[in-house]
Amino acid sequence: MQKKHIFISGLALLAASAAAVAGPKPAGGTISGKVTYEGTPAKMKPIDMSKEPSCAKMYTTPPLAETVVTGTGNSLENVVVYVSAGAPDDAAPSTAAVFTQKGCRYIPHVLAFQVNQEIKIANEDQTSHNIHPLPKLNREWNKSQPPGTPPITEKYDKNEIFAVKCNVHPWMHGNFAVLKNSHYALTGDGGAFSLANLPPGKYTITAWHESYGEQTQDVTISGSETKTVNFVFKAKPY
Amino acid sequence: MLNIKVAKICLNVAALILPLAISAQQADQPPAKPSPDIASHVDGLTGHSAAGADLYYRYCWGCHGARGNGDGENAPWVTPQPRNFVSATFKCRSTPTGTLPLDSDLYDSITRGFITTNMPGWGTLTTQNRADLVAFIKTFSARWITDKPGEPIPVPAEPALTLDSLKHGQALYQKLECWKCHGQEGRGDGPSASTLTDSNDQPIRPYNFYTGYRFKCGTTNSDLYKIFMTGVDGTPMPSFADVVKPEEAWDLVHYLRTLQIWHKSPELALWESTPEGAAIVKAERVRNTYTGNPIHP
Repeated sequence: MQKKHIFISGLALLAASAAAVAGPKPAGGTISGKVTYEGTPAKMKPIDMSKEPSCAKMYTTPPLAETVVTGTGNSLENVVVYVSAGAPDDAAPSTAAVFTQKGCRYIPHVLAFQVNQEIKIANEDQTSHNIHPLPKLNREWNKSQPPGTPPITEKYDKNEIFAVKCNVHPWMHGNFAVLKNSHYALTGDGGAFSLANLPPGKYTITAWHESYGEQTQDVTISGSETKTVNFVFKAKPY
Repeated sequence: MLNIKVAKICLNVAALILPLAISAQQADQPPAKPSPDIASHVDGLTGHSAAGADLYYRYCWGCHGARGNGDGENAPWVTPQPRNFVSATFKCRSTPTGTLPLDSDLYDSITRGFITTNMPGWGTLTTQNRADLVAFIKTFSARWITDKPGEPIPVPAEPALTLDSLKHGQALYQKLECWKCHGQEGRGDGPSASTLTDSNDQPIRPYNFYTGYRFKCGTTNSDLYKIFMTGVDGTPMPSFADVVKPEEAWDLVHYLRTLQIWHKSPELALWESTPEGAAIVKAERVRNTYTGNPIHP
């Protein structure tokens, strides 16, 4: 059963990368840019996993907390950049967004997906986790997932960004961003993002970070131009 | 002398007016008006939200608040915090995690109250009153209009109690890692216990089996079955419905009863009839004297 899941997710990955490489040329304009910070971000503390030896032994040096992750050139990672207004709601894609618990951490730390899109939550650890997302608008559930059990499949029907935690392992903390349309990106090292395929029109772009909050900018796209929008978050040293 | 008297009268008048002013301030808060009449159906009774409103604004709003969001006058002194009816997340359900409870679940919660919390049982109200309150509680969230209550998790008939069942339950308690929060002896002192918070970010304790036999969501074996299969929404207690088979669930129920060492039960009697069980129970009754606990060598 698990093999089948791995196979299916492998296929999904292949399909996704094929689409990225050989997909149709974007029909509209593009908004791209970079997310950076100014100031001194808080130093992330190493996570003490001694209460969960099966996870602790997976690391030679303890991993750092991920509430603020910075990259090269003052870039800010784990920022969800999305079109919050101006674009019509999109139907959910048929591929599932995958959220994995590995080494008592969430991979990815922030999972962005669309309203009514399937999400698959997998446990690759040798310990039980409970998956407890904490939405306010969507329904709140809390499920146990012992090792070796199949992935949990869920959907959310309302646009909302909220935290996910595991009560058994209090350091485990992630985020779900349930978005209305397919124009979104998650920043990695370098902080770059690109929102393609935008028909001419006026858009509101929102950048959301779990510790530094939200910023918005309005952008007007005409034709198939590429506009640059940068976001700079004020880092807090605590 | 006269001045003192006048001052006293003034003070008395002030003491009279002050509470009036406070209650006038509260009256400024628009009480949630049930727009269409919402009904509840419990055991042949039909409750009406319009009738429930009067009862709510007499008995419930002090804690649960005028708008039902759990911020009543008493709320700051209450822990765990009063239920927020606007979020429509309920602890005691017979339905799966994340779904709305049945009317009968809410009715039972009102009747039973919640042990170890400030919520008393309301058996003093008539059955009709309680059904009306259930209907009114459902006016606080639009989810009662857009969603339907979940399909109840089936509770199959309880199989006969055997020693194998107890032993398997004991193994499940380890395998499912119940002890991480509830502790090896069920005292609610597992390694994660001190870090637990509920969905309001308030500290919350795992259930301590040692101290009693009543649970937040009932007293019977089938109540216990439902608690871990449905999960206790809004708290760290997850649902095990997807990972525990019905027959395994009964084994776990049987074992959990043996952790309630001050409550006479067939499960505890059977457990104590074995040398291993007798040793554990005896040691638990005199805490910290037992050294060879096979559960956690």
